[in-house]
Amino acid sequence: MSQFEYILQQVINAVSLGSLYALVAVGLSIVFGVLKLTNFAHGDVMMVGAFTTVLLIAIGVPFIPAMIAGILASALAGFLIERIAYRPIRNAPDVTRLLTSLAVTYILENLGILLFTSSPRNFPLPDMLNSSWQLAGGAITFTNINVLTVALTFVSLIGLGWFITRTTVGLGMRAAAEDMSAAQLVGLDVNKLIIVAFLVASAFAGLAGVLWAAQAGVVQPQMGFTPLLKAFVAAIIGGFGSISGALLGGYMLGALEIFIVAFLPDPVVPYRDAIVFTLLIAFLLFRPGGLMQPNREIKL
Amino acid sequence: MKADFRIPLAVGAALVLAGIIAVGAPHVMGDYFVRILLLMALNSILVLSLSLSNGFTGVFSLGHVGFIGAGAYAAGILSLTVQQKKALLPHLPDLLNWFSLPFLPATLTAGLFAALLAVIVGYPLMRLSGYFVSVATMGFLIIVNVVLINASDFTRGARTSTGVPLATTLPWVIGWLAVTLIVLSRLVYSPFGRRMKAVRDDTIAASAVGISVLRARLIAFVIGAFFAGVGGSLYAHYLGSFSPNTFYFAMTMNLIAMLVLGGMGSLSGAIIGVICVSLLSEVLRSVERGFTIGDFTVPALFGASQIVLGFLFILIMIFRPKGIMGDRELTFGLSGRSAKNNHKEGKDR
Repeated sequence: MSQFEYILQQVINAVSLGSLYALVAVGLSIVFGVLKLTNFAHGDVMMVGAFTTVLLIAIGVPFIPAMIAGILASALAGFLIERIAYRPIRNAPDVTRLLTSLAVTYILENLGILLFTSSPRNFPLPDMLNSSWQLAGGAITFTNINVLTVALTFVSLIGLGWFITRTTVGLGMRAAAEDMSAAQLVGLDVNKLIIVAFLVASAFAGLAGVLWAAQAGVVQPQMGFTPLLKAFVAAIIGGFGSISGALLGGYMLGALEIFIVAFLPDPVVPYRDAIVFTLLIAFLLFRPGGLMQPNREIKL
Repeated sequence: MKADFRIPLAVGAALVLAGIIAVGAPHVMGDYFVRILLLMALNSILVLSLSLSNGFTGVFSLGHVGFIGAGAYAAGILSLTVQQKKALLPHLPDLLNWFSLPFLPATLTAGLFAALLAVIVGYPLMRLSGYFVSVATMGFLIIVNVVLINASDFTRGARTSTGVPLATTLPWVIGWLAVTLIVLSRLVYSPFGRRMKAVRDDTIAASAVGISVLRARLIAFVIGAFFAGVGGSLYAHYLGSFSPNTFYFAMTMNLIAMLVLGGMGSLSGAIIGVICVSLLSEVLRSVERGFTIGDFTVPALFGASQIVLGFLFILIMIFRPKGIMGDRELTFGLSGRSAKNNHKEGKDR
């Protein structure tokens, strides 16, 4: 196996992993943009989508309809969370809202444990998606689920781009993110916009959850936790609240993680997550607006 | 401004009571209740140490459990016997493997170690505010977890650390709780404490009148970390065996729930929060295991108690975000004029 093929294989891995991070981070950023809320429950909304999909496949529904149902279930979960938990505390201090989202996480994870136990379940991926491509005599391999992940990420992000730049509701959502009270003054229905933001963000979480579980091969109630933490890093690297920033951050984080695993010496590799979160802290300290909002100032 | 001695007086009264419990409880109560009492006192130390930065200074750290974990591991390594070290941690550096510390020095060292860590971490991080500091400290917690899992020469990695002597008894915990309460009540109800609260209530105004925001936050963070390290050591010597994931998000959530329920700006509130959440989870846990009334059997519902706690937490956030006590202290009627004045000033703000 030549050096070039090895590098190409790592690029493929990075794009596949980065797509997942980008999908989760985009959802986090939409909610943060509109509500200035660090939504810890986002990872559990992923879990809702993944479990719905797995249960539907188990009763014989084909993969694609099951995945769509999973995405809808996530959107519904996001809607309910906003309505029940977040709306009453919308104008409360940052810390109160952060704590509420932690409590929602706690409830959803334990609900998952109550219903499905905490042991992992198999994700029944159809053979068609599990079949792999081998290029350059087996030096480069990837499966159809990798292809599907990247393809769906691109399609959904293009769709999102169209939605927020070309539709009235999408433009309103951006206006609310820019300045909530000004948006209210010019007569936008802020409640409706926040609901839309949650539906869109949670649908992204659902898609990410299904794809994440499909790649991992298992679902379990705590599955949303790791992607959530990584997506925080991605969103903050990119510029928290900025959708293009979340996208950029997601792919950069994916590339960084693959780089650490593929090219750094073995003793360093287990410390991958420590490196990633050190990077997060460094960004918060020195460039809190991330790559896309260089002028944001949050110190003290 | 002089330090207010009335609240420490009330603290003293509480401590006399606690002392009587510590000495008397094992004679009167069964093991089960002594264990609950011990855990409550232990959690009180942890929640009090958390309240210093999160409640009184307004820096909502999600990384506090990182200091507890660091303290637990530091103390655990120090108090293993030399033979145990050779058997369990064969790659421990020579500096650490030839001696074994008794409980008290190990605990103090653990506290100092956590405090040192807090200086290093806090110096950069205490410049951040709002949710940014929460996310950054959460990053610190994850880094601690990764390091504990991977520094297997020191920690046995993700495997369970065993063999730590079970030295934590009720009088020890009550004693440390007393120290914690005395130090924190002197600190919080002192001129420096007012500076901390000024930083919390209005950071910009506080720095405008010449308060060093970084210094106030850092001192609160470091002292909190010291007692977190002490609590970690007590925890390690209570459990005897633990793993890095003992000190992770589940514990974080639990401590935060206790702090928020009791009231974030109150020492007695922190303890009340611990008592309420402990009793509630104890009751819920026995329900959760399933029970039988007559012919009707309720099956075991694992996770149900956490769900109830989670909903309770959200209800508090919506209807009583300041918790049971808010900024007030329980003073057993011992508060003289001075404390009452404090209360009035608080209202004027």
